[in-house]
Amino acid sequence: MKRLFKTYLEKPELAGLILLVLLVILFQVRSHGVFLNADNLRGILGILPEAGLVAIGVTILMISGEFDLSVGSVFALMPMTMAVLMVHGAPFPLALLAGLLVSAAIGFINGYVTIRFAIPSFITTLGMLFMARSLTVVVSGGFPPLLPADLPNWLFISFVGPGNMFRMSFLWFAAVAVLTSLMLSRTNFGNWIKATGGFMPAAAAMGIPTARVKIVCFMLCSVLSGFAGMLQVLRLGSPLPSIGEGMELQAVASAVIGGASLLGGIGTVMGGIIGTTLIRVIDNGLVLSHVDANWFKFAIGFLTIFAVVANAWMRKRAKAIKMEG
Amino acid sequence: MTEAIISVRDLHKWYSGVHALKGVTLDFRRGEALGLVGDNGAGKSTLINILSGVHRADQGEIKVEGRPVSIETPRDAMDLGIETIYQYNSMVPTMSIARNLFIGREPTRFSILGVGILDQKKMAEESIRAIANVDLHLRSPDALVGELSGGQRQGVAIARAMHFKSKVMILDEPTNHLSVKETNKVIGFVRGLKEQGVTGVFISHNMHHVFECCDRIVAMARGEIVLDKRIGDTSIDEVHGVL
Repeated sequence: MKRLFKTYLEKPELAGLILLVLLVILFQVRSHGVFLNADNLRGILGILPEAGLVAIGVTILMISGEFDLSVGSVFALMPMTMAVLMVHGAPFPLALLAGLLVSAAIGFINGYVTIRFAIPSFITTLGMLFMARSLTVVVSGGFPPLLPADLPNWLFISFVGPGNMFRMSFLWFAAVAVLTSLMLSRTNFGNWIKATGGFMPAAAAMGIPTARVKIVCFMLCSVLSGFAGMLQVLRLGSPLPSIGEGMELQAVASAVIGGASLLGGIGTVMGGIIGTTLIRVIDNGLVLSHVDANWFKFAIGFLTIFAVVANAWMRKRAKAIKMEG
Repeated sequence: MTEAIISVRDLHKWYSGVHALKGVTLDFRRGEALGLVGDNGAGKSTLINILSGVHRADQGEIKVEGRPVSIETPRDAMDLGIETIYQYNSMVPTMSIARNLFIGREPTRFSILGVGILDQKKMAEESIRAIANVDLHLRSPDALVGELSGGQRQGVAIARAMHFKSKVMILDEPTNHLSVKETNKVIGFVRGLKEQGVTGVFISHNMHHVFECCDRIVAMARGEIVLDKRIGDTSIDEVHGVL
């Protein structure tokens, strides 16, 4: 039992990974081999980076002990900011920089308000969800601006790799995943994030600047969401003000299915990615298996509850172990 | 009389109108185990919180090894060699012993603006040594602190303080909620401090624990020091009498 608890704390994403493998096998069989063919994989891998980048940000923020519901709105606001600037003649790099700055500013406000007024980030970011969405519509003028023709699509969404298997966005996603994973597991800053989320009084008593750590996580989460939104807009070719709606909850579901604890301190970047992949696989696999696609949300909901119940059970067991010790 | 490692002069603290410390003057002597006792609200936690950088004094002077200092944050206190061990507050249960030992003071292979790559090899080696030095027998520094018993956690906290060469170790109610066996272990740790030349400040409600491991006893009541004697010159009854 002790062994299992330890494995769970060290590799909280393990259960999600096992489930993912099982589902892939199931869908592969049910779809008569269509699921894992190149065309279908290309489809899944083309969309995955967008939800995956958001999930990485949300997972890291959750590990630090906070929560962000505004990611879906930032996902829409960032590319809208860029589109409006480009319509007014700004070159792409400048618009990109401005979009990222707007995202970072929203993350900063989320973090600063949450910490300064000691209110739940659930509330701060719920408010920001509405405000950022509203701003998106307001700056668009209610009408999606036309994107210029000469965008650097080759850098972000063009297909590359053997058999054109990946979009460029996947490489960005992979790079961010590797960097953030290393940050969490190999740097002192990663240690501070886990300590801050794991038990804040201890982290503060040991001199960790917990407020700054959290604000950086809020900003990272917002910037990744904004960047992901830009990838989607480039892929779709139009900055719709409604993109990313409901994304915040799917991102939380991804993190939780991947083993992150809502209480903070536990979770991995890999877990968030596995959670996102699971959701995308279920979405796609249900269709290929000729199951009514309306079961999709049911499956995600069920998985989320199941994951949290499993987490809670593990924590209870952990407590029991401590008593014995 | 040995020299004072920390001397506190006329320290005052008000909490929203409540005068919690009323001009406390006290010398903590090098290598001494000092027991600080008093009822809830007597001011002992306030005094400790000021020395460990959690709160700031409103008035008064603190000198460490003769130099006037200002302790603004927990980090300042640690940098001065003052380490505080709380009953609950000093360990992150979801992290390993090795990670906990180095929280906030991680060795890095290189760093930019204070953020850098952890030197995990050094952390593993030093944590094994640090744990062995306090005679704590743990399977591996990779074990999670959440798996340890209360006494073992206090042992790890003490190992951490020793490893960072703290000069003064403040133990705030370290024996609360511990079994008799675990309590004896912690008391053993406090006794061991003296051999290492570390000043120990032991805060407890339990007079027996204090008398078992301290050289000197300081009792506080209503924000003031009401008794300050060598253990040999006083008794549990006398201390109870002044509280």
